Amino acid sequence: MNVSWDHHHGRPGSPIHRLGAAPKLGFALLLIVATVLMPIEHRAWFAGVAGVLLLTVLLSRLPLLFLARRLLMLSPFVLGVVLVNAWQPAGRANWLALAVKSGLCLLTVILVSNTTPFSQILRVLKSIRVPSLLITTIALMHRYLFVLLDESERMRRARASRTFTQRRPFHWHTLGTVVGQLFIRASERAERIYDAMCARGWK
Amino acid sequence: MDVTRNGTRVGGIHQVAFMHIPDGFIDGKTAAVSAALSAAGVGLALRQVRRELPARKAPLLGLSAAFLFAAQMVNFPVAGGTSGHLVGGTLVAALLGPSAAVVVVTTVLIVQCFLFQDGGVTALGANIFNMAILNSVVGYAVYRAVCHWLTGIRGRVTAIAFAAWCATVVSAISCAGQLAWSGTIPWAAAFPAMAAVHLFIGVGEGLISGLVFLAVYRARPDLIVETQAGGGPKRFGELVRQGLLATLGVAVFVAPFACSWPDGLDSVAGKFGIKHTLAAPLWPAPAPDYQVPGMHWAVGATAVAGAIGSLVVFALALLMGRWLVPKSTES
Repeated sequence: MNVSWDHHHGRPGSPIHRLGAAPKLGFALLLIVATVLMPIEHRAWFAGVAGVLLLTVLLSRLPLLFLARRLLMLSPFVLGVVLVNAWQPAGRANWLALAVKSGLCLLTVILVSNTTPFSQILRVLKSIRVPSLLITTIALMHRYLFVLLDESERMRRARASRTFTQRRPFHWHTLGTVVGQLFIRASERAERIYDAMCARGWK
Repeated sequence: MDVTRNGTRVGGIHQVAFMHIPDGFIDGKTAAVSAALSAAGVGLALRQVRRELPARKAPLLGLSAAFLFAAQMVNFPVAGGTSGHLVGGTLVAALLGPSAAVVVVTTVLIVQCFLFQDGGVTALGANIFNMAILNSVVGYAVYRAVCHWLTGIRGRVTAIAFAAWCATVVSAISCAGQLAWSGTIPWAAAFPAMAAVHLFIGVGEGLISGLVFLAVYRARPDLIVETQAGGGPKRFGELVRQGLLATLGVAVFVAPFACSWPDGLDSVAGKFGIKHTLAAPLWPAPAPDYQVPGMHWAVGATAVAGAIGSLVVFALALLMGRWLVPKSTES
């Protein structure tokens, strides 16, 4: 998440990028579900999935360093579960199975999301009859996500240039006000967006 | 996207997401049950929102989701270089109403899953159930209940702080239940670990939610659904439907393990060489629970700590309300 905001990595011309979004998403979902459900004894399956994913990585020409960094960003959740499992007497095998499964699934999602434009994913969701209100909400969130992150960064900078280092309770108070202000600005922006939508003939 | 934009944000982007379950941590049955529950809950919420949201507020949901995502990036320094951040289900529920909150948090989770790989695809249903449905519904129910007998803005700040804490802890317990039911971690380890961590995380969540709510209330009270002219909509039916769903989920994920709590005694009996004849829970706990006897006491101790904690946190929330809202500005 902290690598880049640009999620269209690699060469858009690669065969993986050119693949249709629907088959790509369907195949990825199948792969993930099967991998999660597969008992860990079936080593061949996991090796096979790893092979397919490696092939995809090569074909997609995504930067390898970028992929490695994304994979290695272990969430504290994974770490916690691994720690608890290591403490358990019978946890060893379980731990390895978890790491393999979640690693393969993670790589699959990283590959799909970096080779498929978000608008195409939304189109697939629409075609499988996901409620339109949910799709509109997702689309708007994706559109304004980066705008609001910028806004938040501007507010942070403005605050930093105006306030001295504060003692902690006051610092939290200020940050709370900043986040509250962000909500107010988001709501006001929503109203302007509605006006703009109406001006363009939205019903 | 230019380089400086990437550069300025690198530090703050990856957030501690204790509750985003990755792929592989949830087995088939848990994933299927939680996905079905989540689909029902989100469907109900969408219907409710479509019915009550005026057309000119339609973009507000998407913008609130973007806001929530951006707000989660704001770091609140705690101590020794660590920091906490908002999770926000309860806050959004108090600002926009519970159904809108379910839709908004669900959207955030979907985008986090597909775009930032935070939380797994097969675990999406479980994550939506814990963080969108359970968090919003429990948070909103507690918020309204406390508001009922603590009036004024001081009461509201107290209510939301306490509600956010309760919702965080309940979501964490449900998450622990799902992990245990999947056989990933035994309940006797998952419950104390998740609950104990979130007893503390919840305090931060409550404090931030209270501060943000107060800031919005002071600047633009008209934006908060409940404070709009007309006294706010009646949300009882909505809360009952979602509440039933949430209860059903908790009954499936947590109750089977909760019922086996008295096994703490059993494991002691086992230690003294008496072969334990345990009353099997509704579903057999799949992992070898009985190899670490001390952990059963951890479960009991965590439950007691939670009960005491809720009293302490409520007192803290009351103090916070008093401290933040001076008597003169109380309305």
